[in-house]
Amino acid sequence: MLKEWAKFKGFSAKNLPKEEPFAPGHRACQGCGEVLALRLALKALGMNVIAISATGCMEIISSPFPYTSWRVPWLHVAFENAAAVASGVEAALRALKRKGRFPRNRRVDVVAFAGDGGTADIGLQALSGALERGHDFVYICLDNEAYMNTGVQRSGCTPYGAMTTTSPPGKKSIGQMTWKKNVPAIAAAHGIPYVATATPAFFLDLMNKVKKAALVEGPAYVHIYSPCPTGWGTKGEDSITLAKLAVETRIFPLYEVIEGKYYITRKITKPKPVEEYLKRQRRFRHLTEEEIRKIQARVDAEYERLLRLAECL
Amino acid sequence: MGKRIAKEVSIAIAEAVKQCRVDVIAAYPITPQTHIVEHLSELVANGELDAEYITVESEHSAISACLGSVATGARTFTSTASQGLALMHEILFIAPALRLPVVMVVANRALSAPISIWNDHGDIMAERDIGWIQTFAENGQEAVDLVYHAFRVAEDRRVMFPAIVNIDGFTLSHMIEPIELPDQEQVDRYLPPFRPRYKLDPRKPLSMGPVGIPEIYTEAKKAQDEAFKNAYKVILKAWDEFEEVFGRRYRPVETYRMEDAEVALLIMGSLAETAMTAVDRMREAGKRVGLVRLRLWRPFPLRDFVKAVKGLKVLAVIDRALSPGATGGPVGTEVRSALYQVPGRPRVVNFIAGLGGRDVTVEDFEEMADRAYVYMKKKPKEPYEMIGVKE
Amino acid sequence: MPKGKDTALISWKEVPFGCYILEPGNSVGFKTGDWRSFRPVLDKEKCVKCGQCYIMCPDMTYTQDEEGYYIADLTYCKGCGICASVCPKGAITMVVEEV
Ligand SMILES: Cc1ncc(C[n+]2csc(CCOP(=O)(O)OP(=O)(O)O)c2C)c(N)n1
Ligand code: SF4
Ligand code: SF4
Ligand code: SF4
Ligand SMILES: [Mg+2]
Repeated sequence: MLKEWAKFKGFSAKNLPKEEPFAPGHRACQGCGEVLALRLALKALGMNVIAISATGCMEIISSPFPYTSWRVPWLHVAFENAAAVASGVEAALRALKRKGRFPRNRRVDVVAFAGDGGTADIGLQALSGALERGHDFVYICLDNEAYMNTGVQRSGCTPYGAMTTTSPPGKKSIGQMTWKKNVPAIAAAHGIPYVATATPAFFLDLMNKVKKAALVEGPAYVHIYSPCPTGWGTKGEDSITLAKLAVETRIFPLYEVIEGKYYITRKITKPKPVEEYLKRQRRFRHLTEEEIRKIQARVDAEYERLLRLAECL
Repeated sequence: MGKRIAKEVSIAIAEAVKQCRVDVIAAYPITPQTHIVEHLSELVANGELDAEYITVESEHSAISACLGSVATGARTFTSTASQGLALMHEILFIAPALRLPVVMVVANRALSAPISIWNDHGDIMAERDIGWIQTFAENGQEAVDLVYHAFRVAEDRRVMFPAIVNIDGFTLSHMIEPIELPDQEQVDRYLPPFRPRYKLDPRKPLSMGPVGIPEIYTEAKKAQDEAFKNAYKVILKAWDEFEEVFGRRYRPVETYRMEDAEVALLIMGSLAETAMTAVDRMREAGKRVGLVRLRLWRPFPLRDFVKAVKGLKVLAVIDRALSPGATGGPVGTEVRSALYQVPGRPRVVNFIAGLGGRDVTVEDFEEMADRAYVYMKKKPKEPYEMIGVKE
Repeated sequence: MPKGKDTALISWKEVPFGCYILEPGNSVGFKTGDWRSFRPVLDKEKCVKCGQCYIMCPDMTYTQDEEGYYIADLTYCKGCGICASVCPKGAITMVVEEV
């Protein structure tokens, strides 16, 4: 428990905020899990925020001139610099408050949104710099496991074996040949006060984590798993089912890192086999049983590692 | 009025930035800009300047943070050079399109490779089309004065474009010169507080940086271009007011001994002082040579420039940057094109000189003027020539 | 935005300063409902008013009526079927949209 959370009672199904800082009429695909994650995060944050978006699906679908889905002040500059732009916004607010040009006691949460590409790959340096400098802001990575906006190319967050347009399976390839980059661990390595993983399938958990991230003084990082029917070759109606399965198979564990200490927020004692998750998605359709076994072994090992970090063994 | 005190130009620039009461600085060190940002961090550290100094991890993040800061309504400064400016490239275009008036000092330096920390204009000429207001200083006093002017113009509600003040790396940035820093009261009189038309504020939400579909992109760019051209009037007006407050007069185009000149050298930046000596010597030898210096590079002062070169037979443009395989250096091609429609225009000859810290001497300028005389009679074979190359 | 114009077909003189969008959340003027080929239909008999459909809809279509039922606004509903799939009571069915 951090002292900043003392007054926060947590959201429940009964006390969900009514406000929708993100408006309908946006152009996300049917059943987009990323826009749902974005919506829930903003709902948790409320209206007193300044939002910064990296280039990517969420920026494109929310702002085709003359329309915007943002009901809060919003700035998009480029692809790789959301964390740096947020640093500037945060520093400006601090200076203006100190100099009496912005109401001193008015709480404004600065939040940066970026995709997995804008976070794990091209934006990693800017993110690291901003976390290391200790800006008081929230960084939310909306991870749909590829560069979707440009047509489903692989990213550092694309899982092993997945088919994308730049990791196509073929005679000499099984698809993505590398394991998913562990960005929450990289964020945590900066010694920032708060890191969490979340998924829209567990919406209260997601909203509470985002709110806690905002309340924390200093940088906070939330990594949100976001199903993408278009890029994954899944049915729109399955987005939540998949998001749940990702947790229940231990593929995407839910946890927090509070001041360096790991806490598993949803322990999975009887995990479902990863196959159940993989077989519902076209991007994994080509995987052989042997590859699936390999993935299962890796997931098991990673979960063990997480348990050790959380000292739950 | 302040006193003239000997100061390193970089230090004086930092002091001027302080007098402008900046709110946020985001910068990354690179030679020869370092003394500016080091001195600014010192001023912040010891409480002389009440500002946030963001020690970003790269120039790309420096300019990105600056955009976030100005968008939030804070007066914002950065400084860079060479590779750092090149790393900012992507974001530089976004600042004027979003009408975010950052002020930046560029200590001009050559671009790699070979890596060189020394002065030329290769870095800034690669940023010709970014849409920032761009001025070039000749000496330390002018560098400082252009900083006040840059904030004044950039943040003017009729303008709202970012501005770059170019100073030659080392040959200006590291010089110790007698510089008069005005009183704070004068600066405050000249530079009102930053009150942007729009800013990021939850009390009045807006969206900055939307997607420009083909139906709007051209119109958005036209609107930007028109607004940028309109900034010219404000730039001049701000120099008039500068004279009223500080007593020094600046114009977009400077001329020296141009009264009856038939040949003129055209230069930007601190080399103009050496060029003046060359002009004096040529005049003593009975040659009608003058000097034109562009203080304002963007928006290009077309009318004032054409007026300044009227009556010339040959204009020798000295470029401090190479544009490989082009029809001239960046300034040379610009000037040729500016004069093309002008009846009785002078012949434009183009010299590339002073690359990567190579000295350009009085003799070099005399040689260029001499060649210009040769070209009065006979067309040059090549569209541009490099000066001082060892064969 | 100049009043009365909701497309981007405007003169350059009408382009807002910095191409900003000054009307927060004006995408409500863009009706995504016509992307839909299936429509969610609620069976009030089965509904327990838990709100899962409301919170899981990526298009923010659901609002509560006076009786507490969650009703989808078909102006925006893209027909993805998430609400039907998350409803714990099977109270929502996706039916083919007639043209
Ligand atoms: C410097 C730069 N390189 C490449 C691009 C092209 N680009 C735009 S968005 C994008 C991928 C976005 O992927 P991600 O961050 O995962 O977001 P998503 O679209 O998947 O939500 C790419 C490659 C760009 N805009 N800028
Ligand atoms: S491509 Fe994927 S992430 Fe992008 S809008 Fe469509 S469903 Fe959402
Ligand atoms: S999810 Fe089903 S039961 Fe719950 S409110 Fe919606 S329709 Fe009713
Ligand atoms: S079908 Fe999809 S878009 Fe339509 S109401 Fe249900 S969840 Fe929302
Ligand atoms: Mg992505």
